[in-house]
Amino acid sequence: MSAQMTQPGNNGNGLILDIQGLTMQFGGLRAVNNFSLSLKPNDLQGLIGPNGAGKTTVFNMITGVYPPTAGNIAFIGQDITGLEPFEINHMGIARTFQNVRLFPNLTVLDNVRIAYHPHAGYSMNDGMMHNRHFHQKEAELTEKAQDFLAVFNLQDRQGTISKNLPYGEQRRLEIARALAAEPQLLLLDEPAAGMNPAESVALMDLIHFIRERFKLTILLIEHQMRVVMGICEHITVMDFGEVIARGNPQEIQANPKVIEAYLGPGAAALSEKFRRKRVQ
Amino acid sequence: MLKNISRDKLIFFGGALLVFLVIQLAISLGLLNDFWNTILRIGAVMAIVSLGLNLIYGFNGQFSLGQWGFYAIGAYVAADITYRWYNDQSALALAIVLLGVLLVGAAIVYLRKLLSRVRGIDPLSAFTVYLAATLILGVVAFYLGRLIDPLLSGILMALPESIAMQLVYILAVIVAALFAAEISFLFGLPVLTLGSDYFGIATLGFTIIVKVLFDNSDTMLGFEEMKGARGMIGIPKLTTWFWVFLFLFLVLLITRNLLHSSYGRAIVSVREDEIAAKAMGVDVAEYKILTFVIGSLFAGLAGGLYAHINGFLHPSTFNFIKSFDPMIIIVLGGLGSMTGTLAGAFGWALLLEGVLRLVLPQGFETWRYVAYPLLLLLTMLVRPAGIFGTYEMPYLRQLLPPLRQKKITEQSVPPTTPGLQEASQ
Repeated sequence: MSAQMTQPGNNGNGLILDIQGLTMQFGGLRAVNNFSLSLKPNDLQGLIGPNGAGKTTVFNMITGVYPPTAGNIAFIGQDITGLEPFEINHMGIARTFQNVRLFPNLTVLDNVRIAYHPHAGYSMNDGMMHNRHFHQKEAELTEKAQDFLAVFNLQDRQGTISKNLPYGEQRRLEIARALAAEPQLLLLDEPAAGMNPAESVALMDLIHFIRERFKLTILLIEHQMRVVMGICEHITVMDFGEVIARGNPQEIQANPKVIEAYLGPGAAALSEKFRRKRVQ
Repeated sequence: MLKNISRDKLIFFGGALLVFLVIQLAISLGLLNDFWNTILRIGAVMAIVSLGLNLIYGFNGQFSLGQWGFYAIGAYVAADITYRWYNDQSALALAIVLLGVLLVGAAIVYLRKLLSRVRGIDPLSAFTVYLAATLILGVVAFYLGRLIDPLLSGILMALPESIAMQLVYILAVIVAALFAAEISFLFGLPVLTLGSDYFGIATLGFTIIVKVLFDNSDTMLGFEEMKGARGMIGIPKLTTWFWVFLFLFLVLLITRNLLHSSYGRAIVSVREDEIAAKAMGVDVAEYKILTFVIGSLFAGLAGGLYAHINGFLHPSTFNFIKSFDPMIIIVLGGLGSMTGTLAGAFGWALLLEGVLRLVLPQGFETWRYVAYPLLLLLTMLVRPAGIFGTYEMPYLRQLLPPLRQKKITEQSVPPTTPGLQEASQ
């Protein structure tokens, strides 16, 4: 693990995630411009915006897939800007992907066991020799993974090749795998993509459940307004790489800028007209 | 469960011993002639290279054509060491290479620890550091080797002649393997940052470079005894069935153990989905280089063994066209299957090199090379995943742990969770 620089200013402000002035430039395209966001412990925040607004780019910068052009990201008072993805995972940030990214040809159990790899507790030598220390640690790791699968009601599926799972279970396994690394912050990238209304409701239950069970802070990107408005306490709206609105679901729904971003100019005025009519 | 494991283990170890004994007896009693004996040993040697390549391509997903280059390096290094002892009673080559390999190996391990603490070091800078350290330590070993040569020679001279020869041989093979592994580390460091196709081309280039170097080994490299493109002769024929079998067994066991550990899962996760592996905390670059080095170690080991089968080495054996042989073996046997690799290697040796050579009329032996692609085409049509697919025989197969008793259910997910309804239907 590489040495971490601590930022004196951020220490002790109690924030899980503190993003300041984050900017990403892809050639001539500024995908994200001066983005900032802060998450308090146990927050459940949403990040929304039309397609191409730069939401996933923000996720990719937080998790180290792209090093940001400017700005900094602090995780529990530590600067994590520009760290490698695996280092960021070791620090306690886990994520899921927009299109499910399991290890398709591996079993459900192995998918979860890979998440435990950084805490395997034995050296590669032990692994090659299969000595007593290896057997003991490997058994512990496997038990932990199985107990974890049981929490997600996937224990009966442990031997299934993960690509053969039904879609809903794949989503659930991906969330389970992300949580197996015992993160403090979970980033969910469109968890409800491709789900019908009933499944979305179920997903909301699941998100509430894991938040309580694992004492998590959650940031999620979502397109289904039902889900976002239903579970997020605070929402940040992005458009063309800029933050255009922040607030709780009611404020966001009433914000003309948000309506304009989603439905085009003029729509805000129209919706205002309809609202007045309804009130009358 | 425990009983089950030990039974599989018993069958595997017992079966291996049986295979060894039967073939050893057949050789000792003269039932197997020299031709088939050689074919079997070459099959085992190919199995070692292919297991290494399968680790790299089948399990880690990196398309490498460079294994043949490391095979060549292993062969020539080991051959040079034993040649000098066999013909000149000189342990100088052994002393220098042994010292060099140990010093460079220690330096690499130490520098890796050191460099991992530096944040955001790019591969090329790291490569420069390693290369400089290797070159300096190489020179140090070259001069220091001369100092310990008398000591080493003295010890070897004191031993009975045949034991000393065997000792030099084993040391030469191991040292050659380590030598190839260290070269692969230096080569892989910058090259593994390339995407998979580009990595394949770069490794192909490596194989060609190595072949050209050995074509000119007497002039460019300055090793008179290697005789360049005329071929190296006078290498003692020391690789017996016992040694190839022993090394093959060890390689198989180590590969199997590694793959059944958390490190093996990390290696496979890189093949499955690099981005997801990174996000799950797997240091992808680290595991790519690790797998590449282990695979090349096996290739170097196989090369060292091969050099002492015929007692003759020719650069054309290490032509890049031949580098497709291990690739054919693992693709035919099944990518990501150790059983398939074993079957593929021995099938390749016995059927394609053995039977076909005998069956084809005089002067038509090279028509084997028509059979290879035809066979490959057929396999791809009939069984695209290879003959064995991902099947593994019992001891090599990973067993699922038994289900654990369900814990308190109130801790588990709410019943409306996505996927739960489908599962209960």
